[in-house]
This record gives sequence, structure tokens and C-alpha cells, in this order.
Amino acid sequence: MIRKSILFAASLLLSPVLLLGQGNGLANGDLLKPLKDSWPTYNGDYTGKRYSSLTQVDRTTVKQLTLGWMSKLNAGVDAPALTGNGQRGGAARDAVRSIIGGEGAGDISVRGGSIKGSVLQVDGTLYVTMPDNAWAIDARDGHPLWHYFWKTRGGTHIGNRGFGMWKGYLYMETPDDYLVSLDAKTGKERWHKTIADLDQGYFATPAPIVVGNHVLVGVGNDIDSPGFLQSFDPETGELQWKHYTVPMQKGDPGESSWASLDAARHGGAQTWISGAYDPETNLYIFGTGNPTPAYTTGTRGDKDNLFTCSLVAVNVDTGKMAWYYQTSPHDMHDYDSAQTPVLVDGMFKGKMRKMVLTAARNGYFFTLDRVTGEHLVTSKYGLTTNWAKGLNAAGGPDHDPSKDATVGGSLVSPNSSGTVNWQPPAFSPQTGLLYVYEANSFSLFYLTDLDPRGSMGLGGKEEVQIGSAGSYLTAIDYKTGKAAWRHRYFAGGGGGAGGGVLATAGGLVFSGDGLGSLVAHDAATGKPLWNTRIGQVTNAPQTYMLDGHQYVVCATGDMLWSFLLY
Amino acid sequence: MRVKTGFLATATVGLLMSSMYLALAQRPAPAGTAEPERVGGFVPGQKRAPIDPVLAAHGKALYGVNCQACHGKDLRGGDMGGPNLLRSQVTLTDQNGELIVPIIQGSRQALGMPAIGISIEDSNAVAAYVRSVIATIGAQGTPPGKQEPPSIVVGNATDGRTYFASTCAKCHSAEGDLRGIASRIVDPKQLQATWLMGGGRSGISNGAVSKVSVLLPSGATSEGDLVRMDDFLVTLKSGDGTTRSFRRNGDLPKVTLTDPLKAHKDMLSVYTDKNIHDVTAYLVTLK
Repeated sequence: MIRKSILFAASLLLSPVLLLGQGNGLANGDLLKPLKDSWPTYNGDYTGKRYSSLTQVDRTTVKQLTLGWMSKLNAGVDAPALTGNGQRGGAARDAVRSIIGGEGAGDISVRGGSIKGSVLQVDGTLYVTMPDNAWAIDARDGHPLWHYFWKTRGGTHIGNRGFGMWKGYLYMETPDDYLVSLDAKTGKERWHKTIADLDQGYFATPAPIVVGNHVLVGVGNDIDSPGFLQSFDPETGELQWKHYTVPMQKGDPGESSWASLDAARHGGAQTWISGAYDPETNLYIFGTGNPTPAYTTGTRGDKDNLFTCSLVAVNVDTGKMAWYYQTSPHDMHDYDSAQTPVLVDGMFKGKMRKMVLTAARNGYFFTLDRVTGEHLVTSKYGLTTNWAKGLNAAGGPDHDPSKDATVGGSLVSPNSSGTVNWQPPAFSPQTGLLYVYEANSFSLFYLTDLDPRGSMGLGGKEEVQIGSAGSYLTAIDYKTGKAAWRHRYFAGGGGGAGGGVLATAGGLVFSGDGLGSLVAHDAATGKPLWNTRIGQVTNAPQTYMLDGHQYVVCATGDMLWSFLLY
Repeated sequence: MRVKTGFLATATVGLLMSSMYLALAQRPAPAGTAEPERVGGFVPGQKRAPIDPVLAAHGKALYGVNCQACHGKDLRGGDMGGPNLLRSQVTLTDQNGELIVPIIQGSRQALGMPAIGISIEDSNAVAAYVRSVIATIGAQGTPPGKQEPPSIVVGNATDGRTYFASTCAKCHSAEGDLRGIASRIVDPKQLQATWLMGGGRSGISNGAVSKVSVLLPSGATSEGDLVRMDDFLVTLKSGDGTTRSFRRNGDLPKVTLTDPLKAHKDMLSVYTDKNIHDVTAYLVTLK
């Protein structure tokens, strides 16, 4: 406590003028451009490809990639200055006063924190978040411009996927269910709005996606509650529409896929990963989470439980659903299908098609027509995936009831974390390949709650992890669903590799390897070309151009690393 | 919707009720005024209004008389169709009876919930009881209370013995290494996991460590226990206890790994669940 007070005093004395973010924010249309110089939205652009058209760093020059700076981000109120970014006059120079917001009493200490989302880069400033914390950072040397701290009321603090941006304004979600808008230059709060009810178990991790004059906001929940996606006005924060992902009223689409309306209204389908946007159709396409109760059929019945574990396309102006495709009908293993959808234009059976790809947590890969939702390809990319009997008439996996949690234990692959979890994939138009993690783990699923009503939330089962048949970075051909290559990571256990994937026009794929290295792979073959041993990478690497240099940034926990070519 | 919690993930979750005063929020609590605070069970860190235990006890008795038939003894829904009150948006949101009491008083008769005919005070007591049970919901919405899980030994020991003889007996024997295994590992659930993995959860029992051999350009070979390996380095521990690392460049130097548990790992895709249950049923007899 004493130390804290001293630091606080020091920051009062030494903190110089208020530092400001640089530039003029986003112009209209910036978000529609292919990903190149900046990184203005969660996936870089709306397509979800995480494919940069930058070529300065390529298969040859990547070997000269070198550290520009690193910064440690300290969460909390008036935390110590960021450190490690050089000796330019010591910590005093880097001290910034925290801007305080939030509805909490300030008596909940959220210790630590980890960067598990995207960093925005606009006009030479980086905008980065952890749960309850946000920073603007000078992209050239890593020193902080402002820090914003949110006093929480509680909630699940598992991660924050980053900011959305509109003009000079930023938007982030908080674990206690608020949408907070900040002024990008100063970090000062403009407003915050309630997006869900904490008492009902909702929490919020996604990065808001800004489309036109809409801020699209998803939520998470583990107790039996309905999922929804909401749209807010970027200027005022007023709610524009709310789209439920399960039937809420008699006669709603999908009602007959539940045993009762009450079951549907508690059916889950949370919206906890940001989606992709197609400007031609004005559709926002996102994945939905598992049904609840997750591990027991009970009151939800044995049908499909729509629209859980689905890709859902909604009109951005109205929130009305245009189509859906269920990638895990009647899920029984907490295999959310929230994974990032990837929009691809390309040849399919001799014709140009507008498609959406998704590699789901359940071990299956899908190619769909993104205008209509028409099913094109299903493949089982998880080498040991064993919970389905085959495919149903719609091309979705046909769940095998004998692989549900049982009293004696059923040995299931993948484990409930999935072949991939939240980690974003990448797609390169040069290779036509989707790059995604494939963790071939095994767990025993025991049914522990034999109540015929089913259990609640994620309860009623015990999961015992047994091992892994290998963890891979896998490159999937969207035309066939087959793996063009698999690169094995040596990380053991059930986990995948780092925090997601980046593809570049330099013919590279960047990812953490789960063993403490950031790695650049040859996008065509998977061969590792370069690595740097910086620790476990916790987000998907990103790239941008600044002052004529291509940068590659990523995070390891609370450390932000910036590499570049000189 | 559980997000993968690797060690990095868990490191970020540390949401702790802390008595540490934050620099800007320094408000020492006056002595002797500590209120009982209810920490919302399944909502980490959340504080909700305290519940008077006497009121909740009274409510529990009233619940048994008036509510239990429809909503179940455990509030999770009953035979007569009353919904689960532990996941109801009304009961989860109720702070002080303001949402529950009107419903008990008859505001939802059109939806099939009758007016119960108890006083406002008694309705408040029932609401307090419902909230007190909600406070015991576990993490990620798991139901309150600990149930005794059923025995996981569901297989056929005779079939398990046959399967063991044909598959496992190449390396193991009931009279040899597995003699008394069920006395050493008395929990069948632990036994089942252990034999599937080929070792304890910590995994690194003697004999279960991967061996690695590195063929150096000089033609010499360096051998030892595998410490770690990735695409760029392999680290081994030699017999004399020293640790050595070798840089890897593609296939050079040649690295040969010998995983003593490979057979166990390979079998994971081969067993049926019946095989697993039968073998466990057999192994629990090896006391």
C-alpha cells in the first residue's frame, strides 16, 4: 500500500502534460479497404481473413525482422509506468495518470491481465485493451499516451478482444456488461451504456465491430440465458436493435427445434466472438455458442436447438436474420461455433462464388455461400475428431449420442476446448488456404448429474483430460476442406498453439507456437522460417506499415512486442 | 461457453476480492460496521444485497408448502411443469422481492402461474429464500449442491480381462507391473484415466520420459531424457545430469525421439468406450 501511494504521488509530480493520441481517427470508408497500412478493426478488415497485403517482410527478409520495442502494460489504477521501452529519461517520462471510469466501488482488484485481443493501429497510435483496462500507445516507441481504467462490478474476467473505432471514438466492452466509448485522442470517456444484466450471468469479451453508423456488440453467458447481438448508435450509444439468437416468442423461427419455448429462452447461443461483414449484401455474419444446459439433453429435447452453434447472417440495419447454417446440431460438448467466419471470393467448381469459411471448435470445417447460406463443403479437419456418426442431410455433423457424457465416461476428441477455440484463423488469397489451429486432444466426459430434467449451465459432467494426439497449425483448402499441410507444434496437452494467426502477401503465416516462440511460416508449405523466443504468444500477430517500415506486433501476456525491418 | 484456460488464461482471471486500498479509492472502512456481503456465486466478484437468514428460513418453509410441487424441491423445476427458478431471468435479477413478489401475488396468471394467496410479507420471505439458493449456484451456472456421482464402473470385467489379454498383455501383466493396481489407485475414475494415459496425471514417472538422441555433424550422438523440443531447439538431460540444447535447422541435426507412451497415445483413437469400461471393470478387481 505504501509503495502504491508513493508511486501515485510520483506520478502526480512527474507526470508531464497530458499526452495525446495522434492523427484524426478513421475516415468513412477506411474500414472497407483491404488490410495494409493500418489495423482499424478487430480482424484488420471486415473479411475476417487477417491477410495483409504488405510485402516488405517476405520469405527472405523475414530473417532480418528485429525488435523495435517492447512494453509491459500494468493494469489497475495509476499503475506503474510501462517499462522496457528504452531508457529515454526513465519512468517519469512514461508515467500517465489513469483515467477512471466504471460503476463499481473500486474495491475489486483485478490482478494481472493479459492481452488476448487485437491491437488497433490508426495514424501511428496503438489502441490496446485488457479486461477493465485500455491504453493508447505510440506505435513508434511503445510509450503510453493515456490509460483508461474501469472500476468493475464483477463478472467473468477471461479476456477482452479489443476496441472498435468510429471516427475519433473508441468502443470497448467490459466484463460487467457495459459498452464504453472513449475519445481516442485523450482517453476520456464519452459515455457508457449497459449491454446486458450482470445478475443474469452475462459477461462481455468481444471487440465491438463498427459498420456504418452501427456498433455491433456481442455477449457471453454460461448459465442458461438467451444469447443476443445488439447494435448501438456510435454517436449517442442508443440501442438500435437487439437480435436474439434463440427463439424468444411463440412462432419465432427455430422454435420447433426445442422441446419447449422455455427451454429455447434459456438455450444459450451466445455471441462472444466478433463476426465478419459483407458490404455487398449488408450482412453481418457471426458464429453462436453452445446450447445450455451444455452437457445434458434434459429439457431442451433431442432436436437441433436452433440457433446454437450456427453461423448466422443478419442485416446490419435491421438486425433481421437473413440465413443461418448450423455447424454443430444439438451440441453436447460445449463446442461453441463462435469461431471467426472468413469471407472469401474465389473459384468453386468452375464458378466465382462469394463464400464464408469457418473452422469450428468441433473439428469440422465448412464452406458456405455467404449470400444465401447454401452449404458447399464439410470436412472433418480434426484428425481424431470422433463425436459424430457422419453428416446429416444438411451437411452438418450428425451427433453420436453414445459420445455424450456418460456415467462410465466417453472418450471424446476434441476435448471441450475444441480443435480451436477463440483464436482467429487467417486466409491467404495467394494460396487459397485457411490457416487454423487443430488441437487433437482427448477427454473423458463423465455424466455426473442424472437428473432427467438435465443439468444447468456447464454443469452435470466431469471432464478428465487424457492427452493429445498432436497439436497443429493446419492449412485447409476451402474448395475441398482437405488439409494442404499440417505443421505439428510440440506443445503437449490438449491446448493449441498461440493466440491466433496472421497471413501476409509476403507469403508468410505468423503465429505463436505454444512453446514460447513467435514463428513465421512459409504460407505455401508451413515450413518455419524465423522465430523469436519472447514467451507464450497470447494474441494473433498483426502487421502494419509506419514510416516506410513494416511492423509485426504481438503480445505475450501483459507484454506488447513490436518487430520491424530497418 | 468455456474459453480455453491455459496457464496464461488462468493468469488473467485472478479476480480477487482485495482488502488492498487502491490509491484513488482509499476509503478505510469504519471499524465495527462490516456488513455481511453476499458474493454472487456464479458471477465472479459480484456483490448482491445481503439476505436476512431468518427471513430466508421462513421463506423456505413457505416454499415447501406453496411452491415446491410445481417448481421442485431444489427449485430446478417440478413434475407439474413449473419452470426452473435458478435460471429464471426474473429470479436472477430480483434484488429485494420487487420482481418475484408481484408474480407470487398473481401478475402472471395469464401465463399459467396462479396467485398463491400468501401475504406480501410472506412473498418477500419466499423471494429471499429463492435468492439465497441462487447465491449457491456454482461457477459457469452449475447447479447448487454436491451430488454424489454414480460409480463409473459400468463395464464387464470378464470382457475386460479378455481385451486386456489380447491388447494390453503385450507390455503389462496383472501379476507383474499391475499387481495390486486397484489398491494403489483406489478411485476407479482415477484408475481409468491413469491406465488410458499410461501414467499418473503428472505424467513423468520413471520410464515414461521420452528419450531423445541427437546425431551431431561430427558423427557423435548425444542422448538423454527429453526436456523440451520445438522447431528450433531440442534440449535433453544426459545421464550425468547435465542439460544440453541443440539448435535445429529443419532436419539437421537428426533428432530421434522415443516416446514410451506412444502405444498408449496411439490407442486413444482405437478403443471403443466399451473396451475402456470393460478394462476398468477388470482392473478394479486387481486389488
